[in-house]
Amino acid sequence: MSQSVQASVHIHRDDVGARIGMWLFLFTELILFGGLFIVYAVYRFTYSNEFALAAKELDTFLGMVNTLVLLTSSLTMAMSITAIQKQNKNLAMLLIGLTIALALTFMVNKYFEWGAKFSHGIYPGGNELINKTNGEILYFGLYYVMTGLHGLHVIIGVIILSVMLYFIRTDHITKDSFVKLENSGLYWHLVDIIWIFLFPLFYLIH
Amino acid sequence: MSTHVLEHNEPDYLQVKSKHKGIFAWILSTDHKRIGILYLITMGIFFSVAVLLGFLMRMELISPGKTIMDPQTYNSLFTLHGVIMIFLFIIPGLPAVFGNFFLPILIGAKDVAFPRINLLSWWLFLIGGLLAVISIFLPGGPVDTGWTFYIPYSIRTTTNVIPALFAAFVLGFSSILTGINFVTTVHRLRAPGMKWFKMPLFVWSLYATGWVQVLATPIVGITLLLVIIERTLGVGIFDPALGGDPILFQHLFWIYSHPAVYIMILPAMGIISEVIPVFARRTIFGYKFIAFSSLAIALFGSLVWAHHMFTVGMSDTAMWIFSLLTFLVAIPSAIKVFNWVATLYKGSIELEPAMLFALAFIFHFTIGGFTGIMQATLALNIHIHDTSFIVAHFHYVMFGGTGFGIFAAAHYWFPKMFGKIFNRQAAKAAWLLIVLGFNTLYFPLFIAGYLGMPRRYYDYLPEFHIYHFISTVGSWILILGLLIMLINFFVALKRGRKADANPWGGETLEWKIQSPPILENFHEIPVVETDPYDYSKYEIDRKESK
Repeated sequence: MSQSVQASVHIHRDDVGARIGMWLFLFTELILFGGLFIVYAVYRFTYSNEFALAAKELDTFLGMVNTLVLLTSSLTMAMSITAIQKQNKNLAMLLIGLTIALALTFMVNKYFEWGAKFSHGIYPGGNELINKTNGEILYFGLYYVMTGLHGLHVIIGVIILSVMLYFIRTDHITKDSFVKLENSGLYWHLVDIIWIFLFPLFYLIH
Repeated sequence: MSTHVLEHNEPDYLQVKSKHKGIFAWILSTDHKRIGILYLITMGIFFSVAVLLGFLMRMELISPGKTIMDPQTYNSLFTLHGVIMIFLFIIPGLPAVFGNFFLPILIGAKDVAFPRINLLSWWLFLIGGLLAVISIFLPGGPVDTGWTFYIPYSIRTTTNVIPALFAAFVLGFSSILTGINFVTTVHRLRAPGMKWFKMPLFVWSLYATGWVQVLATPIVGITLLLVIIERTLGVGIFDPALGGDPILFQHLFWIYSHPAVYIMILPAMGIISEVIPVFARRTIFGYKFIAFSSLAIALFGSLVWAHHMFTVGMSDTAMWIFSLLTFLVAIPSAIKVFNWVATLYKGSIELEPAMLFALAFIFHFTIGGFTGIMQATLALNIHIHDTSFIVAHFHYVMFGGTGFGIFAAAHYWFPKMFGKIFNRQAAKAAWLLIVLGFNTLYFPLFIAGYLGMPRRYYDYLPEFHIYHFISTVGSWILILGLLIMLINFFVALKRGRKADANPWGGETLEWKIQSPPILENFHEIPVVETDPYDYSKYEIDRKESK
C-alpha cells in the first residue's frame, strides 16, 4: 500500500463505531467474569456453610475502603472526560492522575490483604488451607482467582490511563476527538462494576 | 445496484505498492483482502496437517490390533486432529478467510471497521496455531485429552496440556476480535441504500456468527484459563480431590463449544444462500426467513449445550428441557434447507463446481441434521453416546456441511480473489471424488457406532473390521479428491485464464468490481438500489419462453 493511499484509509473516522466496538468488548469482559460468577454460584449453593465460614476470614473494613476508593476513581475518570470537553486540559490531566493514584491505592490495599492471608498459610497448597474443608478450599481458590483477575484488570487500566495521560499531553486527545478517553473511561467503569459485585459476594454475604 | 468502472489503470490489491518490503507488505498489511489471504494460507497449512493426522488415524484403524502406531500416539493424534481442525480450521474458516475478504465488499465498504485490530487477530491466530504445533514437540509429549480437555484427566495427565490450552485461549481471543470487527462493520459501514434487508445473506450469517463469537467465546476463555491456573498453582476449582465439580467444567466447556458449532455452520449456510440463487438464476426464496433463521439458530444454539452431557447424570427436568431445545434448533435449520430447495425449483440450474459443492452440502447437512435429531432423543442418546455414530454425525455436519461450504466458497470466489479461472472439468472430477470418498469414509461409522463401536478407541472387536476397512478406503479416495482440488487451484494461479469481473453472472456487489479488486474495492462507494438476488430478468425470460 502506498503512503498516500494508506493515509486516505485512516482519514475515515467513526466515533460511534469505536464506541460500538468498545461496548462489544465490554460484553466479552462481562461474560469472562460471568463464567466465574457461575462457578461461584454453583459452589456457593453446594457448600453454603463452608463459604459462610470462610468469608469470616476476610476483612470487611479493608474491602469497604477499597470499594470507596474504586467508586471515587470512577468519579474522577468521568470528570476528566467532562474536563476535556470543556477544553480544560490541565484539569483533565490532574483528574486522570488522581484516577491512577486511586487505582494504585486499591492495589496497595489488595497487596496487604493478600499478604496477610499468605502469612497465615491461606493460599493454594498452603499449610493452613490444605487442612480446611473442601468448601473453604474452593472459596479461597475462587477468592484468589476472581480478585486476582480483577486486580490484573486494574493494572491494565492503569497502563491504559497512563497512555491516555500522554495522549492528552501531546494533544492526541482534544475537545473534538476524545473517543479514546471515553472508551478508556468505559473500561474503567467496567473494572469498577466488577468489583461492586465481587465485594458483596466475598465480603458481605455471611 | 449501480455498475461501476471496470476499465481503469489502478493496480489491484495483489500488485499495489506498499510502504513495507517483501513479505512485510503482507504480514503487516491492514487491507482486509490481504488479511483474508493470510488466513487462507495459514489455515490451508493447518488443514493439511490435520488431514494428514486423520489419514494416519484411519490407517491405524484399517485392521484390529496394532497397525502402525502405539495407543498413546493414537490418543495424541485424535486430540491434535480435533484441536487443529476445530480451533484452527473450521471455527475461523469461513469468517476469517472469506468473511474478511468479502464482508466489506458485499456491503459496499472500503474495509472493515477496525483494520488494525483485524491484523492483530491474524497475528493472534498465527501465535495460537504455532503454540498448538509447538506443544506437540515439547518434552512431556503431545496432549492426549481429546479436544474437550475433560477434568479430571486434563489435570492428571503429564502431557503438554498447558501449551495446548493456552493456544486455544489465544485463538479464542483472535475469534472474539474478528467478531467485534464484523458486528461493528455491519452496523456502521453499509453503503448508502444498503438497508438491513438488502444485505446479502452471507453478511447476515456473518453478523449472527459475530454475535455468537463475541458472547460465547469468553466463557471457554475463562474455563481454559481456570484449568491452566488449577494445573500450575494447585488452586481448587474443578478438581474433585479438592471438592470441585468436573461436571461443572463440562457445562462451562459446552456453553461455548456448542454455540461454536454454529460459529462453524452459520457462515457455511450463508455461502450456500449466495451460491444457490446465482447458479439457479432465481431470486432466493424466503430471504427474510433465511436471514432471521440465522439469528434464531444463533439464539437457540446458545441454549442447548447440555445435550452433549445426557449421560453424566443431570436431573430429568434438565435433560427434558435440553432435549426439547435441541429439537427446536432443527426448525430454523430446516427453514433454510426448504428455502434453498424452493429456490432451485423451476430455476435454470447450472452445475458449476461451486453449485455442485452447495448441493452436496444440502445432502450431507440433511443427513447430519437428522442424525443430530436422533441424538436429541434422550433414550436413543444413551445407546449411541460416545460411539462412532457421533463421529459420523459431526463429520457430516462439520466436514460434509461446513467443509463443503468452504470448498463451494473457494470455487465461487476464486476468480474474484485471484483474477484467474480454474479448470472446471478438473474441479468437477475433484468434487466427485471428494463426495464419494467422504461418504465412503463416514457412512460406515454410523452403522458401526449404532452396533456399539466406541469412539476414540485404538482397537476394536473383529466384527467391526469391515466398517473400518471400508472407511479407511474412503479416506484414500477423499484425500485424492482434495489433492486434485488443491493442484487445480495452484495450476490456475500459475497458468489460469484471466477471469472476467463477473464469470458466474452474480448480482451481488463483489461482481460489479474488477477481479482482483483494487485496494479500497470501489472507485467510489456504490449506491444500492436493488435487492441482492435480483434475477427477475431471467424469470421474465422463462415465462416468455413457455
